[in-house]
Amino acid sequence: METGWLLPDLEDPESNEFWAGCARGELLVQACAACGAWRMPPRPMCAVCRSTAVRWEPTTGRGRVWSFIVPHPPLLPAFAEVAPYNSIIVELDDDPGIRFVGNLVASAHGAINEIDPATITIGEPVRVVFHHIEDVTLPRWVRA
Amino acid sequence: MPRQPATGLIKNQTAVAGLGQTTFGKGLPDTELSLACQAVSIALDDAGIEPSEVDGIASYTMEPNREVDVARNVGFGDVTWFAQVGFGGGAGCGVVGQAAMAVATGQCSVAVAWRARKRASAASRPWAQAAARLSDSQQWSRPFGVIRPVDEIAMLTRRYMHEYGGTRDHLANIAIAFRKHAARNPGSTMGHKPMTRADYMNARWISEPLCLFDNCLETDGALAVVVVSAERARDLKQPPAYIHAFAQGLPPQHQTMTNYFTDDPLRGPAWAAAKRMWELADVTASDVKVAQLYDAFSPLIILSLEGYGFCDRGEGGPFTDDGNIEWPNGRLPVNTSGGGMSEAYVHGFNLVLEGARQIRGTSTAQVEGADVSLVTSGEGVPTSAILFTKDV
Ligand SMILES: [Zn+2]
Repeated sequence: METGWLLPDLEDPESNEFWAGCARGELLVQACAACGAWRMPPRPMCAVCRSTAVRWEPTTGRGRVWSFIVPHPPLLPAFAEVAPYNSIIVELDDDPGIRFVGNLVASAHGAINEIDPATITIGEPVRVVFHHIEDVTLPRWVRA
Repeated sequence: MPRQPATGLIKNQTAVAGLGQTTFGKGLPDTELSLACQAVSIALDDAGIEPSEVDGIASYTMEPNREVDVARNVGFGDVTWFAQVGFGGGAGCGVVGQAAMAVATGQCSVAVAWRARKRASAASRPWAQAAARLSDSQQWSRPFGVIRPVDEIAMLTRRYMHEYGGTRDHLANIAIAFRKHAARNPGSTMGHKPMTRADYMNARWISEPLCLFDNCLETDGALAVVVVSAERARDLKQPPAYIHAFAQGLPPQHQTMTNYFTDDPLRGPAWAAAKRMWELADVTASDVKVAQLYDAFSPLIILSLEGYGFCDRGEGGPFTDDGNIEWPNGRLPVNTSGGGMSEAYVHGFNLVLEGARQIRGTSTAQVEGADVSLVTSGEGVPTSAILFTKDV
């Protein structure tokens, strides 16, 4: 079903492993298969050692809020419908240099406007949950 | 290996000799091509140079008008150098600086650079043109509601406030200062509307912590400049605005706009451009009398004040207190025509013209003794900066 939500291309060769991991309920990070350095977003070459070999590694799915915003209209219709909502950035406990943009929700299938934005604080602990929309699984975050 | 000292081969070798701009507004009847041609034509007349002498063209990659179309409409001669600079608002000083390099190295003699834009119609907002599926860097932000440029910069703003104690009062200082400057500029689109601190604080949110007045305008219009050798400029109609130093900036691991993934996301492209620019210059930040800083969003002013070395990190907010960035008495008057937030938003190209006007002595908020004038382009994207000087 068309939702009007902005969604990733699941066929993107740089990122499809990440999105496939989400579909299985795993938050993966791309790692250099030569030197082991993690990187986010995924890309073809390791800036540490220039290897193009990659592997995907599991994370704890736990982190802390690094920043957040509360968008208001004008927005695309699907997003305007739930505005104002929150968008957050999470830095992973596994490696604070690895960050994900996401949303803070009350539960995996809750809306992105359920949490009172006035209660969100930078540094608060969160853990990943997975939300299905069309054929995509998006990582979202609940309070840990 | 330490880098070789900068030699500054283009230092003082070229100047902006002609300035042209159309009226600014919303829903102007003219096409973007017509606006571009009008601005270039006015700039050539301002310099006193025939269009047939134009042999160099620098434009934004986002510019809708192709070199061939502007060249044949305005009536250029044999064009022997043309190039484009990317990254939207980051390109403003880039096109002028690259034109200066081309003139200084003899690839052309008379170069023009311009930006023409019709933006005021809602359909022209790039973010509103939803692609089917996202496969570039946007896939890491847009599915989570970080959609518009304002959302992307709001995220860095909130983090800045957390790390350094920046406040909305600092952002209000910026919006109010630029509105005051616009009030003196009859060509500005917002000068007729005064802004109080209460107006700012009560404005509707766009993307918290940013409100309506933290955003640039949406404007139709075009602006152009003519770049020639310093020697030629001295014989032309207008006082030269010498291009003293120029640099572009793309820092390590940078991701344009959603620069959330580096060790230090608040240390943006300004830092890279500033380092090279100051190495190339004979002057320092304390010599700058007036600055036009790219202001698609008010927090970019704070990041730029820090990046270009007017204050230490975390001090960009307090720098805006006590009228410090206001004409005429501020320590560093900023965006003296009203800038992108109160004059017009034409991808920062109006800042280039105002920087040159300060050197000519023709700004509507003219800074006394403005002999060193800084212009910067988009922060948050690969950027560029120019130092104009009055004397060489
Ligand atoms: Zn590696």
